[in-house]
Amino acid sequence: MAAPALAIEGISKNFGGLRVSRDISLSLPVGARHALIGPNGAGKTTLVNLISGLLQPSSGRIALDGVDITNLAPERRVGLGLARTFQISSLFPSLTVAENVGLAFEARFGLDRRLWGRVRSRPEIVEGTAALLQSLGLLELARKRVADLPYGQRRLVEIALVLALEPKTLLLDEPAAGLAVSDRGALLDLLLRLPEALTILVIEHDMSLVFRLAQRITVLVEGQVMTEGSVADIRADPRVRDVYLGTRSHG
Amino acid sequence: MAVLDRDTINAVREGFTRHRLSWIDTLPFLFAALMYFFAARYLPLGTQVMIQVAFALSLDLALGYGGIDSLGHVAFFGMGAYAAGLYALYVSSEPLSGLAVAACIGALTGLVTGPLVLRARGLTVVMLTLAIATMLHELANTSAMKPITGGADGLFGFKIAPVFGMFSFDLYGRTAYWYSLGVVAFVFIICKLVVNSPFGLAVRGMRDNPVRMRMLGVNVTARLVTLYCVSGALAAMAGGLSAQVTKLVGLDSLAFLVSGNALVMLILGGAGRLYGAIVGATVFVALSDRAAAIDPFNWLFAVGGVLILAVRFAPQGIVGLIADWSQRLGWVRR
Ligand SMILES: Nc1ncnc2c1ncn2[C@@H]1O[C@H](COP(=O)(O)OP(=O)(O)OP(=O)(O)O)[C@@H](O)[C@H]1O
Ligand SMILES: [Mg+2]
Repeated sequence: MAAPALAIEGISKNFGGLRVSRDISLSLPVGARHALIGPNGAGKTTLVNLISGLLQPSSGRIALDGVDITNLAPERRVGLGLARTFQISSLFPSLTVAENVGLAFEARFGLDRRLWGRVRSRPEIVEGTAALLQSLGLLELARKRVADLPYGQRRLVEIALVLALEPKTLLLDEPAAGLAVSDRGALLDLLLRLPEALTILVIEHDMSLVFRLAQRITVLVEGQVMTEGSVADIRADPRVRDVYLGTRSHG
Repeated sequence: MAVLDRDTINAVREGFTRHRLSWIDTLPFLFAALMYFFAARYLPLGTQVMIQVAFALSLDLALGYGGIDSLGHVAFFGMGAYAAGLYALYVSSEPLSGLAVAACIGALTGLVTGPLVLRARGLTVVMLTLAIATMLHELANTSAMKPITGGADGLFGFKIAPVFGMFSFDLYGRTAYWYSLGVVAFVFIICKLVVNSPFGLAVRGMRDNPVRMRMLGVNVTARLVTLYCVSGALAAMAGGLSAQVTKLVGLDSLAFLVSGNALVMLILGGAGRLYGAIVGATVFVALSDRAAAIDPFNWLFAVGGVLILAVRFAPQGIVGLIADWSQRLGWVRR
């Protein structure tokens, strides 16, 4: 059997005495659409930080396509096909949208070390950026500075950035956060159109989006996996309703 | 996916900022040429301006574009000055190879100190760069180093051969002037090339958001070290130039004041736009010179006053102010 795209084995993370992640295990086969849900402060973002390498786990192992990446620098993990978005948009505010996306293409092709030539005359950067912006319907924004964009559009640019990397595994930290309801449909369409071979781990509070996108769901509560199952399992699980769905739907 | 047409690609290409060489770039050099013919009295001052322009440009590359908060850039300047001086004393008096040696030493300094400094960010970088420059300054003055650096007396008594074997350095500073202008043009063109390159875009990305850069798979520290080396090489060329035209290398070429002044020049002119370095250095050196001529004791007041005014009314620097206004008046489009 092929190695899972992403395998997490017994990951724990302590901040001083605070145990933010406790013995989390998770395995995503290639092409999985896996959602991670849980109340605020459950440790979802922390897990994404651990997988992407911005945080080092206190114990446990992480493997990408069967390769142990637990001690690999974050940028090396990206080289192995891992990409992520951030819960709070993380872009290059003083650069234009084209430059933001162009930077991702540049990084993917290893052009960021080139001291000669011009960005504008590299077809793989300019044409790649044009094609991606067109397919996302963002062409109009190409010349705008990211700092001048409304938050909703920044979220879409952030998705463009990770798609430019053509990752094998994609971690999305609350992609719909900050999006107007009307834009959420467009986001869902976009995510549903992504290549089948792409493995996706998505954190999201918007349950309608989760139920339509994900095949399996892991529920994280106080740093621990409470349960994992198919969408139907999770919808039917009364405990999940109590800790999460219940409290949400009242609000 | 729909087929891309030319117009779409070109429209997106326009989204990538360009810093092309245009007629505006020739203005400072035209101005410098005019000065040669109409204000020959000020040639030595003009040469000082050009040394500072070259140095400020190198700082702009690291600080303005790359966000490396270097308060110790004088380390490169001084290393370059001593390298050029020692080269002229012991190896050859040929000036261009002297500058090349200075540039190599500057790049090497960046390569050695960069990995130490650039893992940190912000205030730590300020302190580390400052500490390295201070250590070098002290080191140059130790008795162990005195046989090499000349200690407090510095290096002197070396000759500089004619440029290209043809133009010898004269008493009036004419050759020194043209030579400096050539070096500044070289430094400026290198800066433009770097800024326009894919690496240059990555540098601006690292200034804006280093974490995102890492998450794009870029080895941020390694790229910053490269930038530090390039900037260091150019700063060392400025130092080497200073050594060659003044035929003297003193401890003051490693003094903190040189770093501080360059920072003031960038604030005055505007950081992260190259032209700011040119305008800032010119205004700073000319102003200091005039103010000192009028009142040799209190001239720093004038410089301080102008700096306060600039920070208050032109926080983006003089060039930033001009760019703002020309945009508002519709001279250029964004
Ligand atoms: N660097 C840190 N140092 C100390 N505590 C931290 C750190 N980062 C996160 N925490 C704590 O860890 C817990 C989990 O945080 P995390 O951001 O992972 O939650 P989350 O599930 O993503 O929440 P949300 O739904 O609000 O985004 C929180 O209690 C938070 O305060
Ligand atoms: Mg979170």
